[in-house]
Amino acid sequence: MPWHRQHLLTLEELSLAEIQQVHATAAAFKKVLGRRVKRVPALRGKTIVNLFLEPSTRTRLSFDMAAKFLSAEVITFDAASSSTTKGETLRDTAQNIEALHADMIVLRHACSGSPLYLSRVLNIPVINAGDGAHEHPTQGLLDTFTMIEHLGSLRGRKVVILGDILFSRVARSNVHALVKMGAAVTLVGPSTLVPEWFTALGASVSHDLRGALADAEVVMLLRIQHERQGASHFPSLGEYTSMFGLNKTRASWLNPKAIIMHPGPINRGVEIDSELADGERSVILEQVTNGIAVRMAVLYLCSGGSPDAIWSGADPV
Amino acid sequence: MPTLWIKNARVIDPAAKRDRRGDVFIVDGKFVTSLSAAAKKRAKKIDATGLVACPGLVDIHVHFREPGQTHKETIATGSHCAAAGGFTTVVCMPNTSPPADNAGTIQFIKDAVERDAVVKVLPTGCITVGMKGHALAPIGSLKRAGVVAITDDGDCVQSNELMRRALEYAKMFNLPIMDHCQDASMTQGAVMNEGIMSTRLGLRGWPHGAEDLIVSRNVILSAYTGAHIHLQHISSAYSVQIIRRAKRRGIRITAEATPHHIALTDALLAGYDTNFKMNPPLRTEADRKEIIRGLRDGTLDCISTDHAPHTDYEKDKEFDFAPNGILGLETSLAVSLGVLVRQNKFKLAHVVDLMTRQPARILGLPAGTLAPGAAADVCLFDPSEKWRYDARTGFSKSRNSPWSGQILTGRAKTTIVDGRVVFDGGKIIAD
Repeated sequence: MPWHRQHLLTLEELSLAEIQQVHATAAAFKKVLGRRVKRVPALRGKTIVNLFLEPSTRTRLSFDMAAKFLSAEVITFDAASSSTTKGETLRDTAQNIEALHADMIVLRHACSGSPLYLSRVLNIPVINAGDGAHEHPTQGLLDTFTMIEHLGSLRGRKVVILGDILFSRVARSNVHALVKMGAAVTLVGPSTLVPEWFTALGASVSHDLRGALADAEVVMLLRIQHERQGASHFPSLGEYTSMFGLNKTRASWLNPKAIIMHPGPINRGVEIDSELADGERSVILEQVTNGIAVRMAVLYLCSGGSPDAIWSGADPV
Repeated sequence: MPTLWIKNARVIDPAAKRDRRGDVFIVDGKFVTSLSAAAKKRAKKIDATGLVACPGLVDIHVHFREPGQTHKETIATGSHCAAAGGFTTVVCMPNTSPPADNAGTIQFIKDAVERDAVVKVLPTGCITVGMKGHALAPIGSLKRAGVVAITDDGDCVQSNELMRRALEYAKMFNLPIMDHCQDASMTQGAVMNEGIMSTRLGLRGWPHGAEDLIVSRNVILSAYTGAHIHLQHISSAYSVQIIRRAKRRGIRITAEATPHHIALTDALLAGYDTNFKMNPPLRTEADRKEIIRGLRDGTLDCISTDHAPHTDYEKDKEFDFAPNGILGLETSLAVSLGVLVRQNKFKLAHVVDLMTRQPARILGLPAGTLAPGAAADVCLFDPSEKWRYDARTGFSKSRNSPWSGQILTGRAKTTIVDGRVVFDGGKIIAD
């Protein structure tokens, strides 16, 4: 099946087949990461600009590495070094980048919907690397990719996403992907951070940690984003930890084979006990590695690469 | 000034409960009941066959941006939009730059109106100095300078104490207070209605409770002080219900609804189109329906546009960064007819009432009537003409309309102010 999308903006708009296509392509690229020379010429001669207008370490590095492993030229610049601090609009900044002959823009932005906005004003592909509290599609793709590696099919699997859901783009992208893949998703956290409206996205909402964790096969923890919240969403980090932090006792309620995930950055001792983060059920660093493969797949597909070419060996992968 | 003879119109005059075929006569800028044979002979005749002749439309909530933001709109261009939309009297909000919080700025506006406007543009003044919500503006001086109401539209007065004193003080001058009902503490950073759509889109939600709280507060303060409060652009079903109960108890409140809140919902924000971004925000289908019900049973008194021009480059931004507001004057009649008459089976005369006599009554304006002796302000409109509205070729300096490019039904054809045709044949007719 050919890949038709030029942009990757949301997982809400992706079909199950498209998600599976990205996963299959990522699986092929993951093999490349195991080689001695981790580089394929798939995007040789292309220039990718990472436009990161909101702070990011992991995602920025991951996109950077993914582009380099595909032999693309990469230019990364952030808010501090951009003209946006001089009052230039996003549209003007991006159109300048396009005029400089960039082949693709990877955008991280604090405003929800900004990648969609850019996709309408540019002719080159726009990849959403996280927009406000809306979506983080490559994170959702790498998280589900990681879950499948451990669990196989996600149909009927019980997945708990625990933490600050309201302000989380990671939660939204995961919900959209997981619901399409047939998983039973429960969103858990303080009622102020997990409003009932999320049920409209196909997830369940619970504030009963024990009931939700019982027999879950995946628990994904999210960081409490104090920087986005007002003072009124919950009493204190201490109370959050005492009510919703994942510790050894609570982890024992999970399915014995359950995996523990976190998109990072982790606040050790807040949403998760340090030893669980480092424990054998934790797949947190696998997520990071898979992130490169998934982003290689997304960059490759959206720049016109054929998913079938990888299998036939026609593309020099 | 020529004598005018508007012939063979469907004449709708809500104040006189008149809705029948007939003629309208104008002499020296006033309505008269009939013309002498000689006067008929020399009168300028307007064939209004197939058209409705009603009092010039009245909009008590527009933003004309002058002084200070004339890149968006001016009193001249705003008045052109009004005339093109069938409006002959509009009331402009004081959130200009600087805000209209003193008699000097009101005089500046009145001078511009005198010089540039083709319709009657009436100023309002601020409730508080600089619209900052800290200290009362010189309300008596504003009244003397000619404001028809005071309001901090856009920046709801948060202090209940200050609002109470403003009401008591303004009551002394029989000056209505118009309030944009929004509890600011509940709407920090909010850009759309809070609910399923804001959850899906990851945008900060503006809960209807933030409107309901201030509507309730205003009901309580109106009851306590006996002062008249006009509640602007009601967007929440719950607020409609609060107002309905308060009116039953005889409290002196009035309220308005906008064409966009009766026509559109937050489902339209799926594409993050900033032409659907306004304050208060578009809400749910249940809210929309209750607002229509409120207009039907008189809970909501009138239709106002909240005509709020912003340039392309201001609106063409990330959703969070775009300013609130949309154009309204050129589309208000068509949208209101579409939603209320065609979809919800209101009588045409009822909608005319909501756009003429009712808004005039709220502020005590000498408008909204075809009574003999009254100023001859007339709107002639074709209730069934289909036309494509294109904001790019409209009369505003701005283009921020969600209806741009759409086929609308119902269109103002001729607008007459004080017996003078100011809009006809799709064109503004200057002096």
